[in-house]
Amino acid sequence: MTGRARYTDDLIVPGAWYGRTIRSTIARGAIRAITFDPAFDWSRVVVVTAEDIPGENVVQLIRDDQPALAEREVRHQEEPILLLAAPDRATLDEAARAVHIDYAPAAAVLALESATDTYTTIEIIKGDVDAALPGAEAVVERTFRVGLQEQLYIEPQGAIAFPHTGLGPGDRGPGVTVIGSLQCPYYVHRALKRCLGLPDAQVVVIQAETGGGFGGKEEYPSLVAIHAALLARKAGRPVRLIYDRHEDLTATTKRHPGVITHRTGVRRDGTLLAQDIEIVLDGGAYCTLTPVVLSRAAIHAAGPYGCPNVRIRARAVATNTPPNGAFRGFGAPQSLFAAELMVEHVAERLGVPSLDLRRKWMLGVGDTTATGQKLTESVSADLVLAAALKAAPPVRPSALPPVRRGRGVSLVFHGSGFTGSGEKKLAGTIAVECVREGEFRILTASTEIGQGTNTIFCQIAADTLGVALEQVTLAPQDTSLVPDSGPTVASRTAMIVGGLIHDAARELRDRLGARQRPPLRVEKTYVQPDTIHWDDQIYRGDAYPVYAWACTIADVEVDTDTGEVRVTDLVTAVDCGRAIHPVMAEGQIEGGSLQAVGWATIEEIKMRDGRYLNDRLATYLIPTTLDAPRIRTILIENPYSRGPFGAKGIGELPMDGPAPAVIAAIHDATGAWIDEVPATPEKVLEALHGKRETRNGMRK
Amino acid sequence: MTVRFTLNGSPVTVEVLGSRRLLDVLREDLRLTGTKEGCGEGECGACSVLIDGQVVNSCLVAVGQVERCEVVTVEGLATGGELSPLQRAFVERGAAQCGICTPGMLLAAHALLRENPRPSADDVRVGLAGNLCRCTGYTKIIEAVLACRT
Repeated sequence: MTGRARYTDDLIVPGAWYGRTIRSTIARGAIRAITFDPAFDWSRVVVVTAEDIPGENVVQLIRDDQPALAEREVRHQEEPILLLAAPDRATLDEAARAVHIDYAPAAAVLALESATDTYTTIEIIKGDVDAALPGAEAVVERTFRVGLQEQLYIEPQGAIAFPHTGLGPGDRGPGVTVIGSLQCPYYVHRALKRCLGLPDAQVVVIQAETGGGFGGKEEYPSLVAIHAALLARKAGRPVRLIYDRHEDLTATTKRHPGVITHRTGVRRDGTLLAQDIEIVLDGGAYCTLTPVVLSRAAIHAAGPYGCPNVRIRARAVATNTPPNGAFRGFGAPQSLFAAELMVEHVAERLGVPSLDLRRKWMLGVGDTTATGQKLTESVSADLVLAAALKAAPPVRPSALPPVRRGRGVSLVFHGSGFTGSGEKKLAGTIAVECVREGEFRILTASTEIGQGTNTIFCQIAADTLGVALEQVTLAPQDTSLVPDSGPTVASRTAMIVGGLIHDAARELRDRLGARQRPPLRVEKTYVQPDTIHWDDQIYRGDAYPVYAWACTIADVEVDTDTGEVRVTDLVTAVDCGRAIHPVMAEGQIEGGSLQAVGWATIEEIKMRDGRYLNDRLATYLIPTTLDAPRIRTILIENPYSRGPFGAKGIGELPMDGPAPAVIAAIHDATGAWIDEVPATPEKVLEALHGKRETRNGMRK
Repeated sequence: MTVRFTLNGSPVTVEVLGSRRLLDVLREDLRLTGTKEGCGEGECGACSVLIDGQVVNSCLVAVGQVERCEVVTVEGLATGGELSPLQRAFVERGAAQCGICTPGMLLAAHALLRENPRPSADDVRVGLAGNLCRCTGYTKIIEAVLACRT
């Protein structure tokens, strides 16, 4: 606000060198030779290759397939091969031009359809789809496509590494400290330990102020941190590795693109009999978090509806495109997009309003989801639907040609917290301390990335302790100070970590009430309630502790001459259990909704030879103030008994609903179906064109 | 070359290559890191500063061009440790989330309000169209600016 907050690139580090990553220029092949131009004086810079890695050459995540630096082969464009550091940028540029990499290119798999390798498959079975479909009076089949999307945090990736000399104060031997822009300090900590071959205490990870994440700073910062650390250790001095926008766009993870096919069987009266769903996501060249993304996609694929017979077959394939990874919603926006449009297609076939089907199908208390989870509380499909309809502005009169107006609706749910047994395995830990009389401190590795974590944590603790907000502070996000609370992802922070803070603060309050004196410290580790049952093997049971719900109504204007779509109004009614800080909760909904509108309309990534063509902000467009609709948020509070003050997750939910609502609105405006995002002007014109041909020049 | 200009009300003199980006001179030589780099090509507005009252992307300006100009950065908005009304409105209305676009957004809003003290919501949208935000959906930013109409 005043310019004083220090983001990574704002840190002034005397004596630090600048780092640079040299990357693959082909999609797949062998590295034949790396040559260093003898005309350049290589003593002026530091060069790091895979040979310089003291530990294992791997980026620690789910599968050990991704090297920190490619050794013999590259599997995607922009894959890191070599690192440089120099005292100034000019020398760095010169050195980068003097490195030559000779490849033996191999045939690359660049489309999901031609992929043969699979990272993982998931099957969710409820009832018997094959037995139920023949009894259906209508069976509707459609295929949907979803595109790549860049998180586009406004602060690019970056880290600064400081080698420990073993001499400085607080230095514990030959380790490294990394300060960076990141969501998950302990992910980076684990990755650094393994790659550098260092014990726990010799690696310190500190989060700087972080200028947005949206999942993009969940796993990728591990790679940036490893690279900075390798350079710093070899240089024997701090090294700053700050990406510019171009590098960030070309090299970092994107939202998984996919193809989703639905076959839905219904009775003529609209009764839902069977949902047969196939999901294919493109994981890119390395596994990253793909299996978990696929898991969330699969579990949300049937939509917020109760169906007796469901079969969801999901698989994630490997291609030679840059690895895809975490992005707000984590697979659910992809599968819910298809599920929601499917409601529209079935409604069209039956000749009934899609709202009627939603009301008939939507889950209520006592109903079971596709994984067989019986919903027992905080189920709000009906509440959010009614609230959104009530708040929607009156339908505006028709516009003059060539502009057409339309309205679309969507209904979604989003599981709060990690999937299945994830939270049990994570066992996130926090501590709340009474440092001295009237002074409290929260210790957690959950990060503030703009979503309001710090404020709501302090608020939960202060409200529980019965003290003023100013009496509670947060310890810095430094792995040498705070326990591992798990990653800041999966809409888990307020509900799971906030819940732990609530519990710890309650115990602290009781102990202070029992006249115990500070300093006092209460530590809490997440324990899965014994009422939650989940089987990882067969994907049955309580996939999430609870779900958040949203209904979105989108109004659009479509220019039928240019194909341009403008989303004019967006109304979203949301149940997040309890909004701990309503203004921030609204901020999450508004920001997530606009990100989803961008995905639905203008955020397109084109590829050639496995390289992203829109590699600048001038070509990868995100919504500006002029593209943003008027957004109205209605917060419904249907509390969850185990959340802090009733809270559930909220961060990802707004990414789910707007895209299908916008596509339905385009159909309402023009009569054309675009079963795909983004609905770029080209695709809109193509859809309108197709329609004109099939209906003898008559547009609806 | 020697470049003299006024920065946040005080005269400054820098000995620099005249072709260096104003952004880098502000951040590296003058250590005012409130001005951010988001794209380096004038698309995102994170590096917005005021030059003689006009909002300009400092990544596209050579420092030699600001000779004898008045430059205002985010550090110059609060006076005597007091937030400006616009900064206060941003805080109170949740217009800043991750904060990286906030300095540029504040300067663009500041210039807009000086030119048009009673803007409509549409005027605000036009005035801030050169500043990207990925967190807020712009709703609360627009509300904060409208709250500062005089």
